[in-house]
Amino acid sequence: MNHQTNRTLDPILEVQNLKKYFPVTGPFGRLGGIKGQVKAVNDVTLKLYEGETYGLVGESGSGKSTTGRTILRLTEPTNGKVFFQDKDIFQASKKEVRLLRKDIQMVFQDPYSSLNPRKRIGKILEEPLMIHTNVNKNERRERVFDILEKVGLGMEHYYRFPHEFSGGQRQRIGLARALVVNPKIVICDEPVSALDVSIQSQVINLLQKLQDDLHLTYLFITHDISVVRHISDRIGVMYLGNIVEEGRNEDIFARPLHPYTQALFSAVPRTNRAGKRERIVLKGEIPSPLNPPSGCMFHTRCPFALEKCRIEVPQRKEMKQDHYVACHLYE
Amino acid sequence: MAAVKEVERARTIKASLKKQERQLFFRRFFANKLMVMGCFIFIVLGLIALIGPLLVSYDPYEMKVAERLNAPSGEHWLGTDEFGRDLLTRIVYGAQVSMGIGLIVTLISSILGLIIGLYAIYYAALDHILMRICDGLMAIPGILLAIALMAALGPSPLNVIIALSIVFTPNIARIVRSSALVIREQTFIEAMHAQGASATRIIWQHIAPNTISPLIVQATFVFAEAIISEAALSFLGAGIAAPDPSWGNILQAGKLVIFKAWWMVVFPGLAIVLSVLGLNLLGDGLRDFIDPHSSGKKSK
Repeated sequence: MNHQTNRTLDPILEVQNLKKYFPVTGPFGRLGGIKGQVKAVNDVTLKLYEGETYGLVGESGSGKSTTGRTILRLTEPTNGKVFFQDKDIFQASKKEVRLLRKDIQMVFQDPYSSLNPRKRIGKILEEPLMIHTNVNKNERRERVFDILEKVGLGMEHYYRFPHEFSGGQRQRIGLARALVVNPKIVICDEPVSALDVSIQSQVINLLQKLQDDLHLTYLFITHDISVVRHISDRIGVMYLGNIVEEGRNEDIFARPLHPYTQALFSAVPRTNRAGKRERIVLKGEIPSPLNPPSGCMFHTRCPFALEKCRIEVPQRKEMKQDHYVACHLYE
Repeated sequence: MAAVKEVERARTIKASLKKQERQLFFRRFFANKLMVMGCFIFIVLGLIALIGPLLVSYDPYEMKVAERLNAPSGEHWLGTDEFGRDLLTRIVYGAQVSMGIGLIVTLISSILGLIIGLYAIYYAALDHILMRICDGLMAIPGILLAIALMAALGPSPLNVIIALSIVFTPNIARIVRSSALVIREQTFIEAMHAQGASATRIIWQHIAPNTISPLIVQATFVFAEAIISEAALSFLGAGIAAPDPSWGNILQAGKLVIFKAWWMVVFPGLAIVLSVLGLNLLGDGLRDFIDPHSSGKKSK
């Protein structure tokens, strides 16, 4: 929200031309040769400024989760650079990466499988402290009590097992686990998609409150447009491994430029009947990332596709300050 | 002060939770009658093996030709063998050998199997090597492999343990690997990676505890099988050599005089049957006991 002031600062995290291709192999694994590549993430460039929330939206299979996981090197990148504190994460050694993970934490989508069923909550939350710090047991316990309180749980939950909690509470625990080591950046991979709508808003409000209290930077990955609109300062729209449009929340919702963004936003139901607008329904399915279309990735489904779109890959253009689009319609 | 109070309160909460868990545990444990019976048989046999030698009054090695092949009587409860040794004493000492070898084999193959299974799923290259070796060992029938190994190593209690451990380790490794594979794909393992946890921490603190229950169940079956295999090896003359008593070689001696002295085959046979029955009942019960789907108490 304090967006303008950040503009002058350097980004806290900078992703440059990130590519992640998954090899497709035959029945003999890699021995049988690589049959093709799934281009899950294809040239993603984005910057994260301190204290902001960057919303990454896109439909299933657009590569948004893979982007998040690759930044943390939970999967090895194919190509690209990620700068954090003037250091390329992709060049760092295994040991350095482990240290970096103190500063960049992740919250996962599934609150049920993301907690070890055999460990008590206290143990789960103390573990990051055991990995990254060498504070003693009492201090660890105190910090865990502290963080439990911050995420809206109590110390009476310290000795409970994960199965005794509801989905929303588990997600709070997952959040507490990410925050207990005081990270700078939290990558939230669809943190509310598995929750009921009423719980969703609670968790989102909690995320916002914690951001203010602890000065966090979020990379918020979701497919839910209304969530992203509520929480994000800037938004990147992903389609088939590419960011097709990027801009400030208010700009991008006021005037979506890319035809895909327009179609995506028009699919969000609105209560306000006065502002009637055309519903853009896209034809067909998202193409296979195994064999993505030539030229502009979106030309197979774009209602405004030109001849040029089939051949040439559109470049990223700044249409307005901080509002970028990659589309041939805006030349 | 407030923090101390909080810690105190948390401790009392922990104590009450532990008590509840313990009560639930015992209620569920005693609900399964067959398992309790198996457990009882197993404990009794274990006690016989442990303190039995102190209770019997004969020497298991002392031969009395005058008393050979006496039928069960007040003096010799289970009769005497072809050298006039008290059969009860022989079986009690044999229990020590048979159950002891069974226990040691179970422990060794469980630990080795656990290590192999866990590291195999964590390192893909290791997986191919270790699992192909396991496949190779499992392709040969267990008892045949054990006989072959004993032929190569020569009969002695230590070699029985080595041979049987080699036979049973692949079984355990397979079981551990299959359950660890499921655990490895769970999000909480990825979360631990994202936390920056080391491989050792992930393997031993997060994957291993989740594979222990199937491992324990399998271990009870391995225990039973090890007792049978040891008896079979001794029966065939490849295991414990006479005059050291083992259920298998008492049985073998009894085979020669089966029409004259039925007690020589019935009692050691009964000991083998009882121990295996007890362990299998225990293992079957444990499987139901540990499997959360059968209890309906927990959802996951």
